Amino acid sequence: MQTASRALRASAGRTRSGFGAAATQLRANHTQPQPQAHTGTADASPRTTSFGFRTVPEDSKESLVKNVFDSVASNYDLMNDATSMGVHRIWKDTFVGDLRPGRRGPMRCIDVAGGTGDIALRILDHAREEYADRETSVEVVDINAQMLKEGFKRFKKTMYHNTPQVSFHEANAQSLPKEKFLDNTYDLYTIAFGIRNCTSIPDVLKEAHRVLKPGATFACLEFSKVNNPLLAAAYDQYSFSVIPLLGTILAGDRDSYQYLIESIRKFPSQPTFAQMIRDAGFSTGADEDGGAWTDLWGGIASIHTGVKV
Amino acid sequence: MLTAPLVQSSRSTLLHHPSFSLLGKSEKVYASVARRLDRAQHGYASQTIATVSRSILRPGTATPAALSLTTSRKYNTGSRLPPAYPGHIPLSTLENGILAVGSAVMAFLDPRRADMVAALGETTAGSTLVKLRDAMLESPEGRRILRDRPRIHSTTINMDRLRSLPNGTWGRAYVGWLDSCRVTPDSRDPVHYISDPELAYVMQRYRETHDFYHALFGLRVNALPELAVKAFEFTNLGFPMTAMALGAAVKLKPAQREKLLSQYIPWAVKCGSSSRNLLTVYWEKRWEQDLSELHKELGVWNPPA
Repeated sequence: MQTASRALRASAGRTRSGFGAAATQLRANHTQPQPQAHTGTADASPRTTSFGFRTVPEDSKESLVKNVFDSVASNYDLMNDATSMGVHRIWKDTFVGDLRPGRRGPMRCIDVAGGTGDIALRILDHAREEYADRETSVEVVDINAQMLKEGFKRFKKTMYHNTPQVSFHEANAQSLPKEKFLDNTYDLYTIAFGIRNCTSIPDVLKEAHRVLKPGATFACLEFSKVNNPLLAAAYDQYSFSVIPLLGTILAGDRDSYQYLIESIRKFPSQPTFAQMIRDAGFSTGADEDGGAWTDLWGGIASIHTGVKV
Repeated sequence: MLTAPLVQSSRSTLLHHPSFSLLGKSEKVYASVARRLDRAQHGYASQTIATVSRSILRPGTATPAALSLTTSRKYNTGSRLPPAYPGHIPLSTLENGILAVGSAVMAFLDPRRADMVAALGETTAGSTLVKLRDAMLESPEGRRILRDRPRIHSTTINMDRLRSLPNGTWGRAYVGWLDSCRVTPDSRDPVHYISDPELAYVMQRYRETHDFYHALFGLRVNALPELAVKAFEFTNLGFPMTAMALGAAVKLKPAQREKLLSQYIPWAVKCGSSSRNLLTVYWEKRWEQDLSELHKELGVWNPPA
């Protein structure tokens, strides 16, 4: 009976040595650029990036993140509900509601890092319910096959299964294959709670810029900086105490949830990320809440939007 | 002779070495203290020394690489303590409480979540581990276990050698039980939530010897015999988790529950409370011992079939 623990762990797709990458000293804070970003001769020392609070070689971040999401995929929706106490649904409803997909006719949307299909489903439902639009389509792109499988399973329970309105693609957001994802194709690019897991955010933004039509919208929903100190203290306490415990209890996996909450802390602040979006060639609103970004729940989550010029 | 000076010096050393420190003193120092304790024959003074010295000494152990606990990754938890040993996750009182409640619920809903049973044991252990460690220190065999810190793993136990032992020996019985229930000794989670490294080892030893209790009584790994072993462990060792585990009896079929209440629990109460504390038994040194003789020595007997 007690040997099932090993089997459970193995079936979750992770080994205990999954985080074996060497951890060197941390950067002092997230706003500092990557140490090697501006040097031309990077061959001597390996390029590093952050994996939560650890610093890992850039090449290994992708597989480390893959391990995390292989492990969390089957419980992903349950854990989202448990750790955010259901609030993530409100955030996603707000995110899609503000974008109003289908208002100006059928759209071709691409939802990146959209594995389990939360956003894609909301887009299609919104277009259908508000605008009687059954031509809008969403291409769900994710680097992790397990997450895509969960998304496919969810869509099978809906009316969009086996229709051209939804399709699933396994691809890396930093380098979408050019044959499949052509330039200037999409009317809407969404990425929700995925961009902080990518190794290089500028590359993701560059690809977003490439595949969007001129005048189309880039929208990103992501955890962000809480500026109110009281709320920040309570949020930190909750994040670091309760969430890993929920991961331990519900999913039997503390490390993945430890990574997830640390990766939230490492993500750039709202103005910094807005600048990165502008650097990729998008035009955004002013650098304030309500302009280039909209804070949700005090900044716990934030919606960043940009328009391709 | 052993009293004031040794206690004084040990106490001052204690001030400079926080009890969570893993700066290992050499095994020789521990062994010499153990020898003095043996000679002092369990007087009060030697127990004081034991209390003081064991909190600063950590005997060296030869732990095979496969058994070394997971990386000493620093966990950002509500507790501000640094990890005291690899794999240690320090928890604040609130976190400990949350985990205790959560793991109790989860273990009840899905008893196959061995990690939840383990977490429940650790978060509710409290003073039980201190009592057990003191009991180990009072027995020569227990002291040897605390010094050697043996781990039970397929790399530390030679299965083939055990299989070659004659029938009726403890080693043969153990390996026969492993084979017939199709379990391995490798499935134990490491200890995460106990702050003191020595108490963490006591907890780890309990977890790893759990299978020995099964094999000692020939109880299989189904729900009913598992609860019988838990009942025995409660009366013998005293972990609150083992008593809580009996709450899972509501999930048994009525006939099984009847058997548990009328036969296994009385057996556990009588046997567990009258026998020797089984954590003081150095099982790995007794492979060749005859099983029935072992029963007599420990003061245990098989449960009703």
